[in-house]
Amino acid sequence: MIDIIKEILSQPFMVRALIVGVLLAICSSFLGVSLILKRYSMIGDGLSHVGFGSLAIATAMNWAPISVSIPVVVISAFFLLRISENSKIKGDAAIAMISVVSLAGGVMIISISTGINTDVCNYMFGSILGMTKSDLHLTIILSIAIMVAYILLYNRIFAVTLDETFTKATGNRASLYNSTIAIMTAIIIVLGMRMMGAMLVSSLIVMPSLTAMRVCKSFKTVIINAVVISVSCVLIGIFISYTMATPTGASIVICNFAMFIFYHIISRLRLIKK
Amino acid sequence: MNELINGKNIAISYDGKKILSGVNFTLNKGEVLCIIGENGSGKTSLVKSILGMKKLSEGAFTGISDISRIGYLAQKDEIQKDFPAKVKEVVLSGRLNDLGYRPFYRKKDKEIALENIKKLGIEAIMNKSFNEISGGQRQRVLIARALCATGEILILDEPEASLDPVVTKSLFSLIKEIKNDNNIGIVIVSHNLNTSLDIADKVLHLKAFGEDEHFFGNLIDYKDSPLAKGFMGGEI
Repeated sequence: MIDIIKEILSQPFMVRALIVGVLLAICSSFLGVSLILKRYSMIGDGLSHVGFGSLAIATAMNWAPISVSIPVVVISAFFLLRISENSKIKGDAAIAMISVVSLAGGVMIISISTGINTDVCNYMFGSILGMTKSDLHLTIILSIAIMVAYILLYNRIFAVTLDETFTKATGNRASLYNSTIAIMTAIIIVLGMRMMGAMLVSSLIVMPSLTAMRVCKSFKTVIINAVVISVSCVLIGIFISYTMATPTGASIVICNFAMFIFYHIISRLRLIKK
Repeated sequence: MNELINGKNIAISYDGKKILSGVNFTLNKGEVLCIIGENGSGKTSLVKSILGMKKLSEGAFTGISDISRIGYLAQKDEIQKDFPAKVKEVVLSGRLNDLGYRPFYRKKDKEIALENIKKLGIEAIMNKSFNEISGGQRQRVLIARALCATGEILILDEPEASLDPVVTKSLFSLIKEIKNDNNIGIVIVSHNLNTSLDIADKVLHLKAFGEDEHFFGNLIDYKDSPLAKGFMGGEI
């Protein structure tokens, strides 16, 4: 076991994967609670599909995948937010349609340009091999920016997550805070896509917070617990992915699910005790 | 200047259909204005327009400045059942509109929140989770939050909803106290006429669009008006 860990740490690409994984785990746990409670989980999923589409186009055109995807996904985030706020359009259905169209478009482009191969599998379900040095730098800068922004905006994000109407009614700029949440989500989705895979990246945002909410009672403890859960699942997931050669994203999701079951049992036991 | 809100010839439409028109009223410092009217007469819409959440199709409000801090209790809160937040976190979030560009709450904000928690008698549950308290307690927490957000104006849309008669009574005497010691203006939308007219200084009785004139005036004049007698079955 220790030998394997030593081996992992001696390889630059693994160290990169670990750094990126931990940073993304922290950022995504910050935002998870807000997304779940504001019923935005679907938006996260929709964005990841849009991200896949733009990644496919960027690869086919030989552009830098992440730098192209970030603006595309951020713009889509605004768009999806507007759709879900507008009750006249069926928000969920519209997001579902955008998701499948981006996915289908992405797959079409990939089949025409390079053909379906293991690269596509990596895009979809995640790989630890994909992290380049420039990806690493971009991820470090953006995720630290997100963490700082989240901490500075914490009270505002709490208020708009708790009660948007009240926040707006008492003279605060609720829609600005909503947009900020959407932008941060979009960036995390794109950054997480290489490692987690386009199909699975939204789990990084949703699952740890959902797990923490089984047991924790206050907003702060949910976030802190989610960070701990998410970081440990990412580390274990990367370890499994390395030793068993499984897709990284899938390994992390399975760890998260195990954790969810564990927390669920704890919350049930607490109920019985009462 | 004592005038907090001056509504002139207010009209509101939904999808191009007028639901309210020709409403005139004022709210001064130290007054309680009670808005009454049948279901669908546009009480909540009027309140939302004061808060700037509903556009007026005619008329205008003067007096409400950009820096007015308005506390608000919605008719139905949109907070989700499973929201993980402590009662004191919820109350403190009412202080947000006084934050300006500062990122964090000051000690003073926390003191004001605690003061309002005490006022509403919810100290015992302030460390409990918002999702494990009863409906009546929930309402008190939300009123405490509204007080935290209140600078000059407090708007309560049916505050007695989900409260039993005893608690409702103590709530209204609390509102009276708040009015006396804070020098603010209070707007109450209410169904419970007996308790709310007890503390009202002025009454705005809305009639559905196309029916008779609205009433706005002092409580004493309202009690003598035919509108009041019709609405209350002559019970005053």
